[in-house]
Amino acid sequence: MSLTEKTAHELSDLLRKKEVKAAEVLDGAFARIRAVDPSIRAFLTLMEETARKQAAAADERIARGQAGPLTGIPVALKDNLCTRGTRTTCASKILGNFVPPYDATVVSALDKAGAVFVGKTNLDEFAMGSSTENSAFQVTRNPWDKERIPGGSSGGSAAAVAADMCAAALGSDTGGSIRQPAACCGIVGLKPTYGRVSRYGLVAFASSLDQIGPLAKDVRDAALILDAIAGKDPADSTSADVPVPSHAAALTGDVRGLRIGIPKEYFLEGMDAEVEKAVRDAVEVLRRLGADVREVSLPHTPYAVAVYYILATSEASSNLARFDGVKYAYRAGRPSDLLDMYMKSRAEGFGAEVKRRIMLGTYALSAGYYDAYYRKGQQVRTLIKQDFDRAFETVDVIVTPTAPTPAFKIGEKTADPLQMYLSDIFTISVNLAGVPGLSLPCGFSSGSLPIGLQFLAKAFDEPTLLRAAHAYEQASEWHKRKPPAAGEGAKA
Amino acid sequence: MKITRREADHAARLARLALTEEEAEKTTEQLDKILEYVAKLSELDTKDVEPTSHVIPVSNVMRDDVARPSLPRVEALANAPDSDGEFFRVPKIIE
Repeated sequence: MSLTEKTAHELSDLLRKKEVKAAEVLDGAFARIRAVDPSIRAFLTLMEETARKQAAAADERIARGQAGPLTGIPVALKDNLCTRGTRTTCASKILGNFVPPYDATVVSALDKAGAVFVGKTNLDEFAMGSSTENSAFQVTRNPWDKERIPGGSSGGSAAAVAADMCAAALGSDTGGSIRQPAACCGIVGLKPTYGRVSRYGLVAFASSLDQIGPLAKDVRDAALILDAIAGKDPADSTSADVPVPSHAAALTGDVRGLRIGIPKEYFLEGMDAEVEKAVRDAVEVLRRLGADVREVSLPHTPYAVAVYYILATSEASSNLARFDGVKYAYRAGRPSDLLDMYMKSRAEGFGAEVKRRIMLGTYALSAGYYDAYYRKGQQVRTLIKQDFDRAFETVDVIVTPTAPTPAFKIGEKTADPLQMYLSDIFTISVNLAGVPGLSLPCGFSSGSLPIGLQFLAKAFDEPTLLRAAHAYEQASEWHKRKPPAAGEGAKA
Repeated sequence: MKITRREADHAARLARLALTEEEAEKTTEQLDKILEYVAKLSELDTKDVEPTSHVIPVSNVMRDDVARPSLPRVEALANAPDSDGEFFRVPKIIE
């Protein structure tokens, strides 16, 4: 097995045993990126200079015997996370030349842990989308089938990990943007509890829903990254002052007696038969491992997409008001006056989906419609949250499919925004309720596309969430499969 | 119809978006379809339901009122589309 195929914890073992140097691991990652990224197109910006320095520092730290589990590990960052001195575009023309003067808190945290940043990954513009097709710059391809989407909005991060261009990556998840691409690309994706991880330096989309988390090759790597980025941050007043346990230590492999709920609302008439079978088989595996599986109900599930597209767009319309072409970002040429400058800069700088969502959010918040849409949406959000509160009175973990189908074809849903929105039907409620969710591979379709299994737990109960997911992973082999397309053009 | 072209034009003005005729037509049509879908929320009686704006309790955060370094001017202006080295420059506002 080549170095690039290894998980972060496997690489860390080799680094700490001094069997390999961080500089060599990095050479492998860049060789891999040069070989496969021209056809996958996961990266918007490579950070080779930064990475070389970080790798050299990691090797010194390892030599001193002070390495942590992420020291020397090549990691990619979604391009909506601010990196001091490195262009941060949100895959938008409006931020095409933006170079942040500061690092996001998660970026500083990983840097402090000794991680090595290989580059910034593609996304749907401002993280708005489920396929990464809304990028202003490029379409990222799914390593399992290049005619298909990698999921979104963290599609670049998911494809980069799946195609072994880095050991792990960070993404952000507002309605499924870490979990759904993880499912599409056959890897692990974790959206932590709202408030578990600081959002400082994450370009805001919907502030009450956004959360940063890892995309990784296995559950242990996701736990190790969460350990590095979780915690209260004075720079983000919504980061929670809740003690951070060791998530890696929670992976005992034991789920005997764990109460696992299967929500009946997530198994719909006419759903994809292969997805249903893979998920039901996975539930059987958990039952055989000793879990106590029972049915639960989340009755307001059918309303989640509607609530989300009111609340997320309303928050986005407010957050994106800052892009006015004054202090940073794109400014249109030759405006007749200040208003004209705002109107044209935003019209020329934002892509179609972003404009659509700003319009929807502005309309939902406008005089006369606020109660009917925004307030109503917030009230139904309460009902959705109460569904989860009730379910978690009787179970410890909930298991569902991550997405209704495996990865769809590029271009398949671009003409119909509503169809695109409905691909997030199983992930959206989780953000509305604020609870943590994780996706991992639980099988493959007859077309050899990965299928994702979603685990959910109570707020701040990532230890139990990760323990359950890890136990399943240990009992399965799906996460070990590698995409065929990733090998093209690469040295054996 | 959930939204008229006139209402869409109004929202575009509020959002400071100069839409082309074609964009405005298409957006109105797409928003109408999305709002049609969203209307399913009216099936639910929410008369006595408190709205949720945040899932965890959020309160004001205070810190001691002490001076500390802020972003240096050069860095603050570095991304400006137009500046004179001291200020952000915009089109003339007052005639």
